[in-house]
Amino acid sequence: MMDIGNTSTRTDPSAAIPARPGIGARFNVIVTIVLLLVLVFAPAFAKNFFVFQMTLWLIYAIAILALNLLTGSSGQVSLGHSAFYAIGAYTAAILLNETGLNYVLTLPVAALFGFVAGFLFGFPALRLTGVALAMATFALAVATPAIIKLHVFEEWTGGVQGLFVDKPRAPFGLPISDDAWLYYLTLAVGVLVFLFGLSLLNSRTGRACLALRDNPIAASAMGVNVALYKTLIFGVSAAIASIAGALSAIAIQFVAVDSFTFHLAILLFVGMVVGGIGWLPGSLVGAAFVVFVPNIADGISQGLSGAVFGGLLLLVIFVLPNGAKQIATWLSAQFGAK
Amino acid sequence: MELLIGQTLSGLANGAIYACIALALVMIYKTIDHLNIAQGEMAMISTFFAWQLMEWGVPYWPAFFLTIFVAFCGGVAIDRVLFRPLAKAPVLTHLAGFVALFMILNSVAGLVWDFTIKPFPYPFGTSPFLGSSLISTHQAAMIGISMVLLFLLYLFFQFTRIGLAMRAAATLPESARLVGIRTGRMVSLGWGMASAIGAVAGMLIAPVVFLEPNMMAGILLYGFAAAVLGGLSSPAGAVAGGLLVGVFENLVGTFVPGVGHEIKLPLALALIIAVLALKPNGLFGRKITQRV
Repeated sequence: MMDIGNTSTRTDPSAAIPARPGIGARFNVIVTIVLLLVLVFAPAFAKNFFVFQMTLWLIYAIAILALNLLTGSSGQVSLGHSAFYAIGAYTAAILLNETGLNYVLTLPVAALFGFVAGFLFGFPALRLTGVALAMATFALAVATPAIIKLHVFEEWTGGVQGLFVDKPRAPFGLPISDDAWLYYLTLAVGVLVFLFGLSLLNSRTGRACLALRDNPIAASAMGVNVALYKTLIFGVSAAIASIAGALSAIAIQFVAVDSFTFHLAILLFVGMVVGGIGWLPGSLVGAAFVVFVPNIADGISQGLSGAVFGGLLLLVIFVLPNGAKQIATWLSAQFGAK
Repeated sequence: MELLIGQTLSGLANGAIYACIALALVMIYKTIDHLNIAQGEMAMISTFFAWQLMEWGVPYWPAFFLTIFVAFCGGVAIDRVLFRPLAKAPVLTHLAGFVALFMILNSVAGLVWDFTIKPFPYPFGTSPFLGSSLISTHQAAMIGISMVLLFLLYLFFQFTRIGLAMRAAATLPESARLVGIRTGRMVSLGWGMASAIGAVAGMLIAPVVFLEPNMMAGILLYGFAAAVLGGLSSPAGAVAGGLLVGVFENLVGTFVPGVGHEIKLPLALALIIAVLALKPNGLFGRKITQRV
């Protein structure tokens, strides 16, 4: 897996001095290839329901990647990405129901709407930093279901009833199930978003954001437009979350208010922290927790998953400050040393 | 006219609760420089504790004061166990700590007391206050109790040694430590007091919003709006902000056509955004200047 260690919020001494870069890099390449192969061939060996779960997993991974990009590059934290996820989901559902637009084409539209919403919300909110910004975005997440239910939007959003979406069929007569087709679509979008995220971090914009994160005053003295870049990266992150939301609407074939409470926003945050902040592949690990922990925990007792997630967070804080990234780095070092 | 006065008064009643939550937020903000996202959940779990005591047959007022005491101890414990070790950690770690606390409290309340809505007793009943049709006794009590609490806090911070020490520890921790103030204890005390204030707010608002694990999300939103309006760093501003926000919420809900109960949360959000966009330092906050 590719490691963008230079964007983690804490400097990792072992990452700073790569002992044998050749072996470590080769290990990363091998892991990436194996992971991609597993992801590509998994549906052939799994039942449809499990394929559906894997689709959800990838969708959450995209949403968590959106957060990761925001927090990892600019140090801003959002507890309100459920709102942008909802914007994407409703955009896709409404477009599919009202216009008959091809479902693949709803994704860029959702991204555009998400970007605009993120940009507009970011403008006032970014006067805050740290926990205060998290609180303001949390306010957005808490208010989102109520906004969706407003009379003004009810005609479009279906209010409490929600909206139904037709399931897309596998095109071109491909000999795979509809679930598998959706899975591959999500995987393709996920890979594209991942590559986009990586190149963004290595671009001028990404470097400007890193500078902002590490020292806003020095960055602005160097000519980085603080407000513009902060809002820009917030908008991009919101756009990606919105794509994830649109994919979820298509995959679940149903959009309802109850899916977009602040619990979703908190789950995305937990996923990011568990996966390792600023480490894009960690999004997959975090998303796995987000999808599969509630399945197990809520089977034991309703509401238990919250406690499990809280416990996981504490574990990460006190034992593994870099989350899954730390484990991956350790593994990489173990195998690399041989 | 009568409607206007009545709505203003009941707005003040809700506003008093928002003021308490805002004050609790501001207190922790001043002591450790972070906003406690779990503040609402701490108040919620205290309220559940009071409810449980009453279920066990404890009369209202002993349960009320016992809950305040337990909430205080709980707040101190949270500081000692969770946030003291994180004192030097980066912001993100703190935030993760708050979120973890939020999830655990919310989940534990659901596990222990389940997610059904429970009624909470009115200590003074809901009869009209002193025969007036404008405001109920409970609303009057909400205003009265919060104002007494806030006044006591003012006296505490202004005229006691320990209050002075707390202010010193919050303003300049290093200098405070040099003159012999145990700043760690002051932070714990701040946590305990914030938790206790939250408990009072929770027990007063619970009869109105009913008791359930998610009851405080909306209240916390309004408390945050109040704190932002008051400037985040000013306790008096938080109280004034709370009252203003409460009245504003009620008047908009009553007099703006087409706006009903469902607008409550979007309105709080709009208020937060408007204050941040137009007057980022709030009504009473000082502009923060940073030394380069």
